[in-house]
Amino acid sequence: MIEFKLPSLGADMETGTLLQWLVKPGDVVKKGQVVAVVDTSKAAVDVEAWQEGTVAELLVMPVKKIPVGTVLATLLEPGEAPGSARPAPGPAAAPAPLAEPAAPSEAAARASRRMVSPAARKHAQEHGIDIDSLTGTGPHGALTLEDVERAARQEAVAKPPVALGDKTAEMRRAIAAAMARSKREIPHYYVAETIPMGKVLAWLAQENMKRSMTDRLLPAVLLLKAVAVALVRFPELNGLLGDDGFHAAPKAHIGVAISLRQGGLIAPALLDVGAKPLSQLMRELTDLVKRCRAGSLRSSEMSEPTITVTNLGDQGTAEVFGVIYPPQVALVGFGRIMERPWAESGGLKVVPATTASLSADHRVSDGHRGALFLIELREVLQRPEELDR
Amino acid sequence: MSRTLTYRDALREALREALVGDSRVFLMGEDVGRYGGTYAVSKGLLEEFGPERIRDTPLSELAFTGAGIGAALGGLRPIVEVMTVNFSLLALDQIVNTAAAYRHMSGGQFSIPLVIRMATGAGRQVAAQHSHSLEGWYAGIPGIKVLAPASIEDARHMLAPALADPDPVLIFEHVGLYNMEGELPEPCVVDIRSAKVRREGKDATIVTYGGSLAKALQAAESLAAQGIAAEVIDLRVLRPLDDATIMASVRKCRRAVIVDEGWRSVSLAAEVAARIVEQAFYELDAPVARVCSAEVPIPYAKHMEEAALPQVDKIVTAVKGLFG
Repeated sequence: MIEFKLPSLGADMETGTLLQWLVKPGDVVKKGQVVAVVDTSKAAVDVEAWQEGTVAELLVMPVKKIPVGTVLATLLEPGEAPGSARPAPGPAAAPAPLAEPAAPSEAAARASRRMVSPAARKHAQEHGIDIDSLTGTGPHGALTLEDVERAARQEAVAKPPVALGDKTAEMRRAIAAAMARSKREIPHYYVAETIPMGKVLAWLAQENMKRSMTDRLLPAVLLLKAVAVALVRFPELNGLLGDDGFHAAPKAHIGVAISLRQGGLIAPALLDVGAKPLSQLMRELTDLVKRCRAGSLRSSEMSEPTITVTNLGDQGTAEVFGVIYPPQVALVGFGRIMERPWAESGGLKVVPATTASLSADHRVSDGHRGALFLIELREVLQRPEELDR
Repeated sequence: MSRTLTYRDALREALREALVGDSRVFLMGEDVGRYGGTYAVSKGLLEEFGPERIRDTPLSELAFTGAGIGAALGGLRPIVEVMTVNFSLLALDQIVNTAAAYRHMSGGQFSIPLVIRMATGAGRQVAAQHSHSLEGWYAGIPGIKVLAPASIEDARHMLAPALADPDPVLIFEHVGLYNMEGELPEPCVVDIRSAKVRREGKDATIVTYGGSLAKALQAAESLAAQGIAAEVIDLRVLRPLDDATIMASVRKCRRAVIVDEGWRSVSLAAEVAARIVEQAFYELDAPVARVCSAEVPIPYAKHMEEAALPQVDKIVTAVKGLFG
């Protein structure tokens, strides 16, 4: 039996709202198949199955807000018969001391669990009302059907303006929570290096001559690919830091910070950037930006980044020093590519250049290694033809 | 058209109608003849129908209930009167092991078209051997039907369908109702299958039967003055229970209180509460509540007897407890 749990679709996500199931009991699902749509505070996200199996039971029904890690459904493993035993309990824990069982006090029960009448709970689910935000007027403060109906009426009246404001405010809160956690917990260090971009731009100009308008590459794609290539020798910058220590990622799933028109930002992943040719990366990046702004991202894209790249692009400043997105341990920033005076071999010339910065977690790596990474990145970007592999 | 009569008179009219209409019908029990019945229900019937059809019996519930079963098997339509439900325990073997089981044990060859009437309930200061409400026990026995007329119309008209039923039917008459006077609509047809909404409401369902119906209706009146519209359901038939009527009301009102003069534990009220939770859990806005008798032998002293029984104020309090 496989337990399909609500994945974390980003470090700032503590709960999600199940909006829709795309499978039903008896359906065979493949790894990576989109099985449900979940609303995070940022977007409606397609959630994928992580293992192959047959859907046995849907345990949570839309529309319901649930904490990350909640078992949403059970899947039968290939070959497993329905009705077979539940998963065996984990490794035997030390036997719990035989404490005197506390008398089940009604007051304690009330304190531990929100009192919601069955009718109210059902109605709230059917109408997508968040019961946590409501005040109960029933016996002992229980939430009643009438309370939910009243909220539903108010929501119906107030919905259009409030909904938009809520979404933006909610995203603001989510970003605030993640960034505050980052600055609270992660000892950042910063290094920067100015990287000449003449060779990249020349190669791009030549390459794009050969391509049709729609297939042309943007410098951003080469920067992303270069980061992935450079990371190969710096595993301490690419991975996730959990309670059980740092886990280097075998592949570079690069979170691309994308600002949204209504404010806020999302950093979904381009998966395994190092292994993909530039054309494919360009297509995927375009697709990602489009879906990001349409609010239709897939769960793995939200949860899988192992490092983030923020690229201010044409309209940015000369340099940017970012805040690491936990549990990642590094963030690479690119300022605007612009012409700068460049001293070389005793002479001075004007070259297009960008300033690459690295914000990294000092618990996992040191400034020396971070600096070497940026040097490596600079060198990789001097051989653009090698990036298109 | 309607006319006014007492519950007792309605029962007597029903008996008389049956005795006149069907020569197979006869009445037997303790003191039903010369004394006219402990609660004077059969007064005058001995004179009219004679000792063959209005039979005084020895003080043995087991014997005369068994005789009734034999008569039913033999093709008659006996009506057996047991003085109170407390005494019916002496006939429990005949009722449970014979009357209720014969159709099943004979593979459908024999049926027992027997009607057993008995008085039930408290409120007349006749103490712990004459005051209990044990009809809920009978309501758990497969093979019989259990009726609880709480209105003049049911007292008048439940007997005919009970006699027409091919299987044993127990009719429980609450002792507090015999003197109740009320309007009998005419013509009037009743069934022995369904519960009935006695007062419409929308905020809380009060499910009750028998002697507690009047109290529930009074409580509903009092609640209405406090802004709570209680719906009152008279179960009428305790076995089989009319789930559909109960659930329709609970779905509408979302709160339920069950009023039952039986003892609380393992009571008919417990069965109704369980069914509501099984069938209408997601319609509930509050836990199901019960108002039952205190779990004591019913006391003799008037104030203590009253304290032990469901009363109007207790019902009002229970209903209000379902609101915040």
